[in-house]
Amino acid sequence: MTLVCGVGITLSDRAREMAEHLSGGDMLIRALQDAGVEYVFGYPGGAALHIYDAIFRQQKVEHILVRHEQAATHMADGYARATGKPGVVLVTSGPGATNAITGIATAYMDSIPMIVISGQVPASLIGTDAFQETDMVGISRPIVKHSFIVRHCSEIPEIVAKAFYIATTGRPGPVVIDVPKNTTDPLITAEYRYPTSVSLRSYTPETRGDAQQIRKAAAAMIEARRPVIYAGGGVILGNASDALTRFARQLNFPVTNTLMGLGAFPGEDRQCLGMLGMHGTYEANMAMHHADLILAIGARFDDRVTNDPRKFCPDATIIHVDVDPASIAKIISAHIPIAGDVALVLEELEVQVAAERARRPALPDAEALAEWWDRIDAWRAAHGLRHDLRPEPGRPIRPQTAVQALHRVTGGEAYVTSDVGQHQMFAAQYYRFPAPRRWINSGGLGTMGFGLPAAMGVQFGFPDAVVACVTGEGSFMMNMQELSTCLQYGLPIKIINLNNQALGMVKQWQDMQYSGRHSQSSYSDSLPDFKTLVEAFGHVGIRVEQAEDLEPALEEAFSDKYRRRLVFVDIWVDREEHVYPMAVRGGAMCDMILARSPVGIEDNY
Amino acid sequence: MRHIIALLLENEAGALSRVVGLFSQRNYNIESLTVAPTEDATLSRVTLITVGDDSKIDQIIKHLYKLVEVVKVVDLSESEHVERELMLIKLRAEGSARDEVKRTADIFRGQIVDVTAATYTVQLVGPSAKLDAFIRAIGKTTILEVVRSGVSGISRGEKVLCV
Ligand SMILES: Cc1ncc(C[n+]2csc(CCOP(=O)(O)OP(=O)(O)O)c2C)c(N)n1
Ligand SMILES: [Mg+2]
Repeated sequence: MTLVCGVGITLSDRAREMAEHLSGGDMLIRALQDAGVEYVFGYPGGAALHIYDAIFRQQKVEHILVRHEQAATHMADGYARATGKPGVVLVTSGPGATNAITGIATAYMDSIPMIVISGQVPASLIGTDAFQETDMVGISRPIVKHSFIVRHCSEIPEIVAKAFYIATTGRPGPVVIDVPKNTTDPLITAEYRYPTSVSLRSYTPETRGDAQQIRKAAAAMIEARRPVIYAGGGVILGNASDALTRFARQLNFPVTNTLMGLGAFPGEDRQCLGMLGMHGTYEANMAMHHADLILAIGARFDDRVTNDPRKFCPDATIIHVDVDPASIAKIISAHIPIAGDVALVLEELEVQVAAERARRPALPDAEALAEWWDRIDAWRAAHGLRHDLRPEPGRPIRPQTAVQALHRVTGGEAYVTSDVGQHQMFAAQYYRFPAPRRWINSGGLGTMGFGLPAAMGVQFGFPDAVVACVTGEGSFMMNMQELSTCLQYGLPIKIINLNNQALGMVKQWQDMQYSGRHSQSSYSDSLPDFKTLVEAFGHVGIRVEQAEDLEPALEEAFSDKYRRRLVFVDIWVDREEHVYPMAVRGGAMCDMILARSPVGIEDNY
Repeated sequence: MRHIIALLLENEAGALSRVVGLFSQRNYNIESLTVAPTEDATLSRVTLITVGDDSKIDQIIKHLYKLVEVVKVVDLSESEHVERELMLIKLRAEGSARDEVKRTADIFRGQIVDVTAATYTVQLVGPSAKLDAFIRAIGKTTILEVVRSGVSGISRGEKVLCV
């Protein structure tokens, strides 16, 4: 056991015996192999060429050659979200590194485990404005969980092991490893040993929640008369969906999911109120506002959820469970804060609730809960989303019906990635996800251009799965160069382009807040013919303009005929459609606009 | 309210910039910051002064803990503590002002550490408020230059900040 800066590194006897001498480039790739990495998404360049040579001389880790470094980060991200394993990116210094920044920020905001290896100019040139030099550690500092600079090749195995440990434990996140070219020099070697375990004295992620707090929470839960479970992306990241589902069903409590949490509880379950927040369902937002108890789990009270935090859920006792103590009481102070791993806390909460119920058999009050469900069902019946929409021949295609048709054609079982805009909200509202890790979107940063590369990452993770990317023509054009990568690797993704010939979400805000002045939100006279475009990239294009063609086109796209092909379905949808409900700015969660006439439906229950 | 936050940091390149970056990124303010290695060569100790209500300080501490290189954090202001800052102040000391400066320095237990025909350089150690008071007290005397070390702090009694 060696102690280096408080890091305990343990080596198995086998590793000690087998210790061999490798160059830094070879070590890096060997360490990735030893970390269990299947794919590295990357793009070469001068500072990374020693590493690329090491890649060439091995077979275990497959390198995926992208067409733009941003896309490499989104691919690694999509792969991580779908599989639960960390995604790995390799870029060169300077522009390679800066191109990766948007994708690192995207992963950071959604707490996605990712390792980004960036080439760097040789250490002797750092600070001299050398060709393709950029301070990657400095530029990425606010958007990484942690970062490392390699000083000597001998540090590489340990740094890689630490990077994976940090990226994947606690609240996950991206970790950058900046690798000056001299540290990968093929002529300089050092002993290679991959640590079998890592521990850092300064990094101890939360595990079990405080037992006392959990007991308090259990008591509050069974005393509740109007409870809501508000479940976020942390439930998915913490692999706690099963525990949550079991727990919620035992109690018959309503569950609402954040945009990041969709699928954490089965979307078509009667107890599921759908998404909450700015474009959440009427029943979810009403239930939140009127609740007397909120169990927030793996959620962070994002401003797109709470609306005005001062008006947030006035009557509720708030239990907040999160692995990141800094998320608790950041926006809304919790009555019962519990910092801990969500799966472990849920397990313990289930035990404590059972114990509490045994002690107080009259609770929870079944009558109160039945009454609460009656109110929720009434909200749902009055203004809930309609999931039985069909295309109406002769009328413009409504984007909502396109998502519903996609749901039918894929049996609700597809992985669905998305971009950012109206299409994203329609997908979130109408494709009711049965399981976690199926819905993959950039919730925190809202990165247009995420959808296609993320879908590619998912498809690499699950080569036989049905993967659909619900996108808008604006977002798609931000990373469409990856169509070329899709051909190279034979990725049979289905791209569902809800083409409203505009930056629809921007236009919607302009309609609602700027008297319809559509400043720079349209380009309808200069759109490419997407069918021809994707055909030029070697894929299949289908254009749908008539409502009656919608379902047949989707059937065809997902048919066996195209099982091995990328199909782009360009669906020309109603350009005037808005996303509803929409939160009234500065209001409470119950303040929503439900339809085009800009009349806020006030709380009338 | 003003808080004195002390932290132990892995003595690694870039660690301090993460601490400072956190404050600017999250719009927290730093009034003063001192940093130096400790008796344990793998650790540095940082003392920083910040202002904010309880919930803000709570967030600052949690976010500091989230930094991978931060080993320990305490809010010294939460309990009894000793706070010291060092100031070197160069004053114009001519004519009648010369005696006045000397007298004021004595009252504040300051030491004159450098002298020229026209100036005194006074060294003063104490809580920041004492240094502020000295600056107020020398009033109309011309201040030529001031350098303050920023606050260092340690808790009273047997409590220690260590790993
Ligand atoms: C990289 C980036 N730039 C700008 C925005 C702001 N923005 C949010 S939605 C949107 C319009 C998206 O248009 P499109 O992809 O066609 O989707 P639609 O809303 O029309 O469905 C824009 C510009 C963003 N989210 N990301
Ligand atoms: Mg559009």
